[in-house]
Amino acid sequence: MAVNVKDKIVEIIAEQAILQPSDVAMDATLEDLGVDSLGLVEAIFAIEEAFDIQVPFNANDPTESDFDVSNIGAMIKAVETLVAAKG
Amino acid sequence: MNRRVVITGQGAINALGHSAAATMQAMAEGRCGIGPLEIRDVERLQIGIAGQVKGYDEAEHFGRQELVLFDRFTQFALLAAREAMAQSGLDVAANDPTRTGVVLGTSGGGLQTQDENYRLVYEEGKNRVHPFVVPRLMNNAATSHVSMAYGAQGPSFTVATACASSNHAMGLAFHFIRSGMVDSMLTGGSESMLVFGGIKAWEGLRVMSKDGCRPFSATRNGMVQGEGAAVFVFEELEHARARGAEIIAEVIGFAMSSDASDIVMPSRDGAARAIAGALKDAKLNPSDVGYINAHGTGTAANDKTECGAVRDVFGAAADKLMISSTKSMHGHLIGGTGAVELLACIMALRDGVIAPTIGYEEPDPECNLDVVPNEARQAKVDVAISNAFAFGGMNAVLALRRAP
Repeated sequence: MAVNVKDKIVEIIAEQAILQPSDVAMDATLEDLGVDSLGLVEAIFAIEEAFDIQVPFNANDPTESDFDVSNIGAMIKAVETLVAAKG
Repeated sequence: MNRRVVITGQGAINALGHSAAATMQAMAEGRCGIGPLEIRDVERLQIGIAGQVKGYDEAEHFGRQELVLFDRFTQFALLAAREAMAQSGLDVAANDPTRTGVVLGTSGGGLQTQDENYRLVYEEGKNRVHPFVVPRLMNNAATSHVSMAYGAQGPSFTVATACASSNHAMGLAFHFIRSGMVDSMLTGGSESMLVFGGIKAWEGLRVMSKDGCRPFSATRNGMVQGEGAAVFVFEELEHARARGAEIIAEVIGFAMSSDASDIVMPSRDGAARAIAGALKDAKLNPSDVGYINAHGTGTAANDKTECGAVRDVFGAAADKLMISSTKSMHGHLIGGTGAVELLACIMALRDGVIAPTIGYEEPDPECNLDVVPNEARQAKVDVAISNAFAFGGMNAVLALRRAP
């Protein structure tokens, strides 16, 4: 049984933002939640470990990466795609 | 007391060459020393390139009894010091040996030794390691061995401020001579972080490029690591003149600052304060500076911040000076980087050759300075400065003038 991607990502982001998972809205941006660049790098590491995937993310220029971090919903979609691709 | 400080010897080893002259030649040709990384377990890394020292056989330079004590970063420091001392002709024992010291920069110290021995105990399950692991890996090993090689008994220690280590080291050496504490110093820096654990750690930060270092270019995508060392002989001007030493360049100013803001993101204000401080220390006007050797890591965060800081300090004069990042050629030597980069300043002052920023493909409006793209340039330069801005927000900027 695969881990529920949405719940796990919300949990990871909530931990970074020091919030309850219920306070993490799908349309919230990382900035809204107070997650800075270091927090994002750490969250991506946690995501990679949780799902055993490689996330194509370059902290040097996050908006140019192939990994959409524009809001939480977009991140979940991107991770679901990566998990599906893994098979 | 108005003591002036000059450079009378230089030595280097890095991806561009195994001597200072070879390094400068490569810089003048705009040659790239970055290539495939060749280390154990490289197939488990996502980063496969580096500015690695190639064609190097440690046994050609050191005996067996030495090599058991010399990590690669120590070997690099000793070879660079050997070249610098040979050029300088300084004989430490001919004067009071307590008036010569050694201050070198390094960030990681004996990382090759650490990586190899962690592998032995953790991966291979060994319960015994070589008895000299500690004296090999300690951060001050290179400084100590240089001090022993030349009998330099004056103030000696190692500076570790990440990417600014060498500039901090050379700045302190400059201060020690200027203040009258000593008459000569061996100074510079060394790094050898190209080991599995070292690169794996850097991968985690996600700021490394997989395909090249392109500072100031809109197409850049991160930094590339290098390795190596450069060591210089700094000497009080009259001391150097009295023994007829050839003077390569003069060190005229130094300043340090701390961003006191973020552990990895650089601050424009902190960088600007260090640059402005170096100009003030050297009693320079912005228009006096012809060349800046940039920190220029090839990350968006550094390059934009650095160009902004240069604009803040130099104002209209920013459009008249040249600024280049030689990391595009030798990679980022972390704690050794400022030392190798000082060679680019010396080449500008002494030879009138400005090292280029290679790999430059597309302008970035936020880095709209003259970055000397792709090809070296001939120009007469009287004053050059060298920037170093470290993780942790620690900044160190040196100012140099053409030899008097």
